[in-house]
Amino acid sequence: MLDRTAHNVAIGAGVVGSDLPIRLTGVDYRAGTVSILCGIDLEISAGLPTVLLGPNGSGKTTLLKLVMGLIAPTAGTITYNGRERPTPGSRAFVFQKPMMLRRSVAANVAYALKAAGRRPDRLEIARLLAEVGLAGMEDRPARKLSGGEQQRLALARALAREPEVLFLDEPTASLDPASTKAVEDIVARVARSGVKIVMTTHDLGQARRLASEVVFLAKGRLIERAPAEAFFTQPATDEARRFVAGELVL
Amino acid sequence: MRVRFLAFAAAALAAASLMTAPAVAQDKSIIVSSTTSTQDSGLFGYILPKFKEKTGIDVKVVAQGTGQALDTARRGDADVVFVHAKAQEEKFVAEGWGVKRYPVMYNDFVLIGPKSDPAKVKGKDILSALKAIHDAGAPFVSRGDKSGTHAAELRLWKEAELDPAGSKPSWYREIGQGMGAALNTANAMGAYVLADRGTWISFKNKEQLEILVEGDERLFNQYGVILVNPEKHPHVKKEYGQQFIDWLISDEGQQAIAEYKIEGQQLFFPNAKSGS
Amino acid sequence: MEASSALELILTGDATLFAIVRLSLLVTLSATFFAALIGLPLGAIVALTNFPGRHAVIVVLNGLMGLPPVVVGLLVFLLLSRSGPLGPLGLLFTPTAMVIAQTVLITPIIAALSRQVIEDLWTEYREELMAMEVGPLTRVKTLLWDARYSLVTILLAGFGRAAAEVGAVMIVGGNIENFTRVMTTTIALETSKGNLPLAIGLGMVLITLIIFVNALAWAVRRWSEAHAG
Repeated sequence: MLDRTAHNVAIGAGVVGSDLPIRLTGVDYRAGTVSILCGIDLEISAGLPTVLLGPNGSGKTTLLKLVMGLIAPTAGTITYNGRERPTPGSRAFVFQKPMMLRRSVAANVAYALKAAGRRPDRLEIARLLAEVGLAGMEDRPARKLSGGEQQRLALARALAREPEVLFLDEPTASLDPASTKAVEDIVARVARSGVKIVMTTHDLGQARRLASEVVFLAKGRLIERAPAEAFFTQPATDEARRFVAGELVL
Repeated sequence: MRVRFLAFAAAALAAASLMTAPAVAQDKSIIVSSTTSTQDSGLFGYILPKFKEKTGIDVKVVAQGTGQALDTARRGDADVVFVHAKAQEEKFVAEGWGVKRYPVMYNDFVLIGPKSDPAKVKGKDILSALKAIHDAGAPFVSRGDKSGTHAAELRLWKEAELDPAGSKPSWYREIGQGMGAALNTANAMGAYVLADRGTWISFKNKEQLEILVEGDERLFNQYGVILVNPEKHPHVKKEYGQQFIDWLISDEGQQAIAEYKIEGQQLFFPNAKSGS
Repeated sequence: MEASSALELILTGDATLFAIVRLSLLVTLSATFFAALIGLPLGAIVALTNFPGRHAVIVVLNGLMGLPPVVVGLLVFLLLSRSGPLGPLGLLFTPTAMVIAQTVLITPIIAALSRQVIEDLWTEYREELMAMEVGPLTRVKTLLWDARYSLVTILLAGFGRAAAEVGAVMIVGGNIENFTRVMTTTIALETSKGNLPLAIGLGMVLITLIIFVNALAWAVRRWSEAHAG
């Protein structure tokens, strides 16, 4: 234990083997000539959920994919606990419209288990499905599930990776209130279990319910970063104030 | 589900592996390149089983026009060639592609035409008949495929001192296909056509066609058989090939040829001893 | 022969007809099998990799879908003829030569169509598989497996094309009775003999067979889809 502490001090960051904190420095992202993100400096640390909030087109999803490592920044650097490359298998991602493998529900989870180097054990599959409320649906074709069920199956697949950080991109954007509640409950439970949640939403209410920390984006810039409580009661910037007040921020 | 799917794929694979079976089982065999007339008339279907019964040799016949049959042999893709175009056959042997030409049998050509006979050729000799078709400009179907029948047709036009194949009038239609196709075409167009009697008798789609000219000596059609020269193509199965040739010109083979009849008519007349 | 003769041959289980049908199926199924063995990975590689001239390869593959069977037959004939480069193998006028010709004929069809299907699926799966940190080989396996229904349909298209063609097998097989005679060459032969009713009857048998094979694949597909999505 002594060794470990010494090492931690040496790199001035979190636990050895951890990817946290993730640090973005001067990150730009351009698609062709269009600037999507500009000059982002941000640190994501271990702890309760970080919510990327902002209107549509503000660059939330792009930022999430950059942090996940699905796309590379056009400028700037991203480090994971001081390293340039994240630890394989440490992160999982749930997409806004998750892809369903053309297989059964159980096979979808089994696939994620195998991809994470885990044994696709039947009991483990059942446990993961129960965790997202899909118990007993093992043999259903995944693509015949409802939108909410598909979203929860995607969550089960993500959890199969036993991630340190779980990224969620607008996980309830196209769901009805009941499905939204189901997904939010799972996310909250996962967050309490110690998994770092980083998610995007344009839904203020969802941000209030889940966020511990809010990162507010508009027009590709990071406008404000604050604890959720402070953000919602005393927004520091004009854009954030208008957004929280329910005005249209373009 | 995965199991079912793989089972389906496995079935296809099993089928594929069975494929090799017929290819391996046919060792004692020769390939004979021959003409459509001998095959389409059913002669081979009658005599080859007799030959196989005696020798155990499988004869695989590739039926083509005479020109193509000789070319197939020249490339070394056949062991024996059995065709009916004497001049071309002699050239084939002279150039060293074949060992020796043996006369086997003859059949005869007949001039076929519509029953209405627009050029009034019925009962004429073949040369006058061709002149009449030419003068009337009546449709005439030519094989145009360098087959033995085509060669015979060209020879007859030449003897009649006409050259429609050269001047290509609109009534002279070269189709570049086999005998059966030529008859089908002639039937459809109400045209005249030169055919070998064997194919004509066994042809099923006669409808408005009938024989208008026959029996003219110039219409006799000699068949010859040649072993492909093993010096040019060492893989030629010369023993089996020669056995086949020897059998064809033997009394037994000649008798088998004479025995073959369709609707009571003899199609081929063996003449290994007297033929040229 | 009478109009009913083809039907009679079927009903009486005529041995010659059975042998011809069997050879047709064997040749075409084998060709489909080998074309799949070459065409599916080829389609996957072109779909998933980037290399100079990739667009040219796609255009050529798409164009080769329309290869005329006669031309394929002629090329394979020249290749396998005793006077050709592969002459010493002695394959001309054998069922093997027919399998080769049909394989050449339909490999581009299978490669071009599977390239399209796999590329479309890859567009859908790409980010998710990246997020799951799946390696290249597993990606290909995943895409091939998840595209299996579309790929089977593609194989059937290849099968249908090979089963229906006459030009290539006629040239390289030689239409030798009891050896390389298949349904299409029999139909061509019977037509040339003016035996139109029998030719049409055999044509019906051929069409029925192709429909039967397709129905079978359709049933498998429906069954699996209901169980796996």
